[in-house]
Amino acid sequence: MADKLISKIPDGPLAEKWTKRKSEIHLVSPNNKRKLEIIVVGTGLGGASAAASLGELGYNVKIFCISDSPRRAHSIAAQGGINAAKNYQNDNDSVYRLFYDTIKGGDYRSREANVYRLAEVSAAIIDQCVAQGIPFAREYGGYLANRSFGGVQVSRTFYARGQTGQQLLLGAYASLNKEIAAGTVKSYPRHEMLDLVIINGQAKGIIARNLVTGEIERFGAHAVVIATGGYGNTYFLSTNAMNSNGSAAWQCYKKGAYFANPCFAQIHPTCIPVHGTQQCKLTLMSESLRNDGRIWVPKKMEDVLKLRKREIKASQIPEEDRDYYLERRYPAFGNLVPRDVASRAAKERCDAGYGVNETGLAVFLDFADAIKRLGHQKVAERYGNLFDMYEKITASSPWEEPMMIYPAIHYTMGGIWVDYDLQTTIPGLYAIGEANFSDHGGNRLGASALMQGLADGYFILPITINDYLSHKFAEPKTDTSAPEFDEAEKAVKARIEKLFSIKGKKTVDSLHKELGLIMWDYVGMGRTAEGLKTGIAKIQELKKEFWANVNVPGEAGEFNQELEKALRLADFLEIGELMARDALNRNESCGGHFREESQTPEGEAQRDDANYMYVAAWEYKGEGVEPELHKEPLKYEFIEVKTRNYKD
Amino acid sequence: MEFNLKIWRQKNAKAQGHFETYHIADIEEEASFLEMLDILNEQLIREGIDPVAVDKGCKSSGPVSFDHDCREGICGACSLYIDGRAHGPDDHVTTCQLFMRHFKNGATITVEPWRSSGFPVIKDLVVDRTAFDKILQAGGFISVRTGSAQDANNILIPHDQAEKSMDAAACVGCGACVATCKNGSAMLFVGARVSSLALLPQGRPEAARRARAMVAKMDELGFGNCTNTRACEMECPKGISVEHIARLNREFLKAKFSE
Repeated sequence: MADKLISKIPDGPLAEKWTKRKSEIHLVSPNNKRKLEIIVVGTGLGGASAAASLGELGYNVKIFCISDSPRRAHSIAAQGGINAAKNYQNDNDSVYRLFYDTIKGGDYRSREANVYRLAEVSAAIIDQCVAQGIPFAREYGGYLANRSFGGVQVSRTFYARGQTGQQLLLGAYASLNKEIAAGTVKSYPRHEMLDLVIINGQAKGIIARNLVTGEIERFGAHAVVIATGGYGNTYFLSTNAMNSNGSAAWQCYKKGAYFANPCFAQIHPTCIPVHGTQQCKLTLMSESLRNDGRIWVPKKMEDVLKLRKREIKASQIPEEDRDYYLERRYPAFGNLVPRDVASRAAKERCDAGYGVNETGLAVFLDFADAIKRLGHQKVAERYGNLFDMYEKITASSPWEEPMMIYPAIHYTMGGIWVDYDLQTTIPGLYAIGEANFSDHGGNRLGASALMQGLADGYFILPITINDYLSHKFAEPKTDTSAPEFDEAEKAVKARIEKLFSIKGKKTVDSLHKELGLIMWDYVGMGRTAEGLKTGIAKIQELKKEFWANVNVPGEAGEFNQELEKALRLADFLEIGELMARDALNRNESCGGHFREESQTPEGEAQRDDANYMYVAAWEYKGEGVEPELHKEPLKYEFIEVKTRNYKD
Repeated sequence: MEFNLKIWRQKNAKAQGHFETYHIADIEEEASFLEMLDILNEQLIREGIDPVAVDKGCKSSGPVSFDHDCREGICGACSLYIDGRAHGPDDHVTTCQLFMRHFKNGATITVEPWRSSGFPVIKDLVVDRTAFDKILQAGGFISVRTGSAQDANNILIPHDQAEKSMDAAACVGCGACVATCKNGSAMLFVGARVSSLALLPQGRPEAARRARAMVAKMDELGFGNCTNTRACEMECPKGISVEHIARLNREFLKAKFSE
């Protein structure tokens, strides 16, 4: 079955691959586009931009989201910015450098051709967004402003205060609204995809639950696009929104789409630390803060102890007693090392006992120097809303005392396996944005998620999908009374009935918290073979407990948030196991995946290129059966694969 | 901390609603308002499992439904009317950024959904805000096709003007302005969008059409008029200024004269 993993990467020089592929792709004439239907699931940056662009092309698009409005998708919470190789700063940036930084940042576990294309279309994204009226930050001359971000040495990040994701999403949502008004896109808010329908081996529709009425509904199309984001909420506590989930992607996996590199989860270094047991989610503080903020812990244990007892304040600790550990360990990049490196360094200091809050799981992010150097106004302009947000949550002002931060699960690089056209192993099923695996390898650089979502949605999918649809325009509309729809609907209804029938003693949230703890302890920042095996056993046990002892109150035929959560948790339990399985298989440290067995004497991550330079693509084999691993070898023809070095 | 929670319960859009009062204890000061509701829901579900586990006096219609998602003040999903104020007693926050330290220990807290004919109740504290989507579909966009744009730096926008546009664009679409307004007016929401685009050169070609269409849709959907009480500005979680309503009025009048 390994022949399903055909990446379809065009041959020829790197810089000409996308042009070459575009010239090969079949077109669909405007009168035929009108006959074709496309389902897009998810309305974040990927889904909204894809649906709007496909609508503009003349396709009939149906778009689904679980929120009350497409504008609530979690892309909205991205703060810091979006990368683009514009070289507006004259700092010698280029498509090649953005490509190179992204491949290197991903620790050489992504495809050269995909990443190059991402860098290639990045500039057009900014043009598109400005044309839509997105109020990016400007210089006094009226030109666009940039800031720098982790893992790079140029300033290529465009931003709208600390609300870049919001503004980009509102832009894509506005384009979507334009198409809804034009009648090319039909919007289905408060609908959750619960299954994928396959007819003759091709994706032909979905089963969705109307979250207001509880009805199970059928939708047919000529192609289906999954744009439902990542599965970070497997950990319960993460920076993801409460309703973000991996279920749509997981249903595709269970219907035959391969799932790639599930163990690659990003742990973001700058989040507000956990405050207590009643917490339900973690709040991210933008990486852009590391541009001007300096990260440190005390050098002396006595200062640490006094801080924990609140006998002294951080600002009272003299300069010479502070350990700016990122600047010390990585002089060339300092506080701007990539996220995985910064997170592990924070964990290292806290594990050594230098954590600065009561739980021992926090480090300082200090702006005192920046305020001195830039002045209050400049700092407020750059980070004002982030400072406010921090103060609202913690009741402590970053203007007076440094922020306290700690790493948290933030993004998942793994996802549904796709070829160069973003098509999955199921014909007619596409995956874009965070939902696919393709561009970030083992670690995503800051300000690249927005770039990838919009690259896929505006400029890649609307071109590549034509190749598939060019063979479909003679086919009639999908008949949703086909037996395949009957069967899928029956299975969904049976799953829901089963959940209600259990009437157990545990709430969905309490079980999800248990899963989160297992994931953080055994599939978290430091992983070992033994720990992962224990983790898998514990997850399997918890899955049994869930199906025997969960309590889902209410009824199926009504607005029922507990049922929504239970359906998602059922999938998280399986996703968590596959993450652990993949982490166990990958006996190397790479990007966000750190195997303690595989490190240098200085404690840096050690890759094993001889054995693991491949994409791990997992195939579902049935309930209770071990999934099958397929390997897509990664070939680096154009760059030299090196050990990542952020020291000099 | 402990509280008495007087919460609006309504089974669905057609059912008659009523208040139920619950007692909740052992809440951390650091807990957010929505985390407190999560804990209440755990309690209410447990009551269904094992009634002894919950304090007396706690009759239950099951867990309380409420909209929420990002829990960091940006998605605009959360929408609770708490002790007579949209998003509760703290200034310029969404409900998810409201913390229990803002309440007196032992207080009785009243929680209601947004009340507006434009936002019918779906269940308990959840309302239907698709009217906002419809207003934006009427014209809250710039008609640019993917691929048509020129180089981004060909459009120069003075720093302060971009900042002003951003002030308006910060709207999260939560609906607090409507819920707060005695007339149930959506002028701040509409003003923010119209103003944000009208301030930018890219937004000018369609400015007249946009103002006309969005105002017409707002009226059609039953939102009230603005009588300049500025309550919306006070309760807007993003502090969006009524200056944008003034700009909407100017754009609307200009559009009328250009007809």
